[in-house]
Amino acid sequence: MTAHRTPDPRPAPNPAPTTGTPPEGTDEEPGAATAPPRLAVRGLTVRFRMPGGRSVAAVTDADFDLAPGECLVLVGESGCGKSVLASALLGLLPGNAEATGTALLTDAHGATELLAAPETELARSVRGRRIGLIPQSPAAHLTPVRTVRSQLEETVRELTGVRRGAGLRAAAERAAARAAFPAGHLDRHPHQLSGGLAQRAATALALAGDAPLLLADEPTTGLDRDLVDRTVDELRRHAEAGRALLMITHDLAAAERIADRVAVMYAGRIVELADARRFFGTPGPRHPYARGLLDALPGRAFTPIPGMPPELGDLPAGCAFAARCDRATMTCATLPAPRDGVACHHPVPPEREPDRARTA
Amino acid sequence: MLELRDITAGYDRGAPVVRGVSLTLAPGEAVGLLGPSGCGKSTLARVAALLHRPDAGTVVLDGTPARGWRHRAPREQRTAFGVLFQQPRLSADPRLRLADAIAEPLRATGRKDQIPTRLRELAPLVGLGDDLLARRPHEVSDGQLQRACLARALVLRPRWLICDEMTAMLDASTTAALVAVVESYRRESGAGVLAVGHDRTLLERWCDRTVGWAELGAATGMPDVA
Repeated sequence: MTAHRTPDPRPAPNPAPTTGTPPEGTDEEPGAATAPPRLAVRGLTVRFRMPGGRSVAAVTDADFDLAPGECLVLVGESGCGKSVLASALLGLLPGNAEATGTALLTDAHGATELLAAPETELARSVRGRRIGLIPQSPAAHLTPVRTVRSQLEETVRELTGVRRGAGLRAAAERAAARAAFPAGHLDRHPHQLSGGLAQRAATALALAGDAPLLLADEPTTGLDRDLVDRTVDELRRHAEAGRALLMITHDLAAAERIADRVAVMYAGRIVELADARRFFGTPGPRHPYARGLLDALPGRAFTPIPGMPPELGDLPAGCAFAARCDRATMTCATLPAPRDGVACHHPVPPEREPDRARTA
Repeated sequence: MLELRDITAGYDRGAPVVRGVSLTLAPGEAVGLLGPSGCGKSTLARVAALLHRPDAGTVVLDGTPARGWRHRAPREQRTAFGVLFQQPRLSADPRLRLADAIAEPLRATGRKDQIPTRLRELAPLVGLGDDLLARRPHEVSDGQLQRACLARALVLRPRWLICDEMTAMLDASTTAALVAVVESYRRESGAGVLAVGHDRTLLERWCDRTVGWAELGAATGMPDVA
């Protein structure tokens, strides 16, 4: 399972991302000697203002770093705020949303605080060029009245220097090949493509700009297992070439295949941030929700977590998972602060669990 | 028995997607149909649910061959099927509240009086509370909408459930929960289940037997099949 994982390509050890420890209170800026993370997100919070003065807490206090060459996978149930996080980073939130906190993108172009950047800057230099997006529903993302080739050529022309002629045609075909999009289908319109092919077309468009940060929002929905593996391996190769990859998915098998680190989101909060090998192997996740999610897999216990996630517009004051949790106590009526990458009052102890299982 | 005999089907007569496929489903049996994207398994599922007329071949439902398709199918054949699709957003009327969406098959078949009873039985089964039942599709998540679609598929107590990639959009926990609902219905009612998908681990865990697309006598892309 870890065969594809090459030795850590990260240039310098960076305490925050490798241990998954969210900063406590004040942010410690990485020292001058270490390279800054490609993306540093601190206290990212998104609220939607709704009619009647209500508000929906889509994302609350998200903290994470993403180093060049690293792949962070954000997992969680549908409707838990994963995609809103991606939209916030790209400045694509609707008008009734308020995003607070910071998201610092650092690459060869310099450093940009994404949440404060003006729309003109996001449109001209960030989207597509510094951050590539693989969208959730490719069928809605592709222009229905133009062929895939024409859309790819336009993207290649805008994002790279290639202007026209045979060079542009070849560059577009190379871009298609990188996402395993068959050249024979380039002259088709989006409605003539299967879901898998449309997904690959959208992936090809996102990869065309060679952006140093890639956001992949459910890039494998609707693909069969072989295609999932191919898409994910392709994304992994892009990360290994020094780009950073933030993948949002509910497909835990895909997450296991690609992730360096896993962030588990529940009801808008990152409840666990852990090294992928420890998360999927031993000792396994520490947050009860993350354990439940893994136990729901058909390859494991195949038991669902009881109940459903709470409404983001009506979250409890304490731990949002307490109502579904078998470890919950009175303490859970207060919000757990993240400790060692786990936001839980009663996390599964890090090392003892497997020992106990062995002796039992 | 639900028998698919030598089905050839597609959207263009010159180039059928499914060629000469046969598949039999016994009552109470869950069969997983595995195949890669675009191989024609969804088309076959639509044929099996009488939603797509095959170019050749017959569908035999408990000894009676199907003659009509979609709205032309006789009601007792049409309502023998519950169908679940991959994308709940595309298979739920955006104007209907979830409770009305679940009740719609009862309304359409003139059994309005059963609506309150069936809603009370099904809503807790699929995990939908009164608050969610009063919402429209845009106000709920994919997982919640698929729960409503499952309740809708079960509301007429079908003898056959056709699940076409029912869980592809869902997270692991919702997948396990919905499969558990389908399985408890199968145990209680003796209905047969055809689960189409490409997740081998899931289908093998879920179904009594799993057949690969290639084992069905389907030679996709080859014009003459014995």
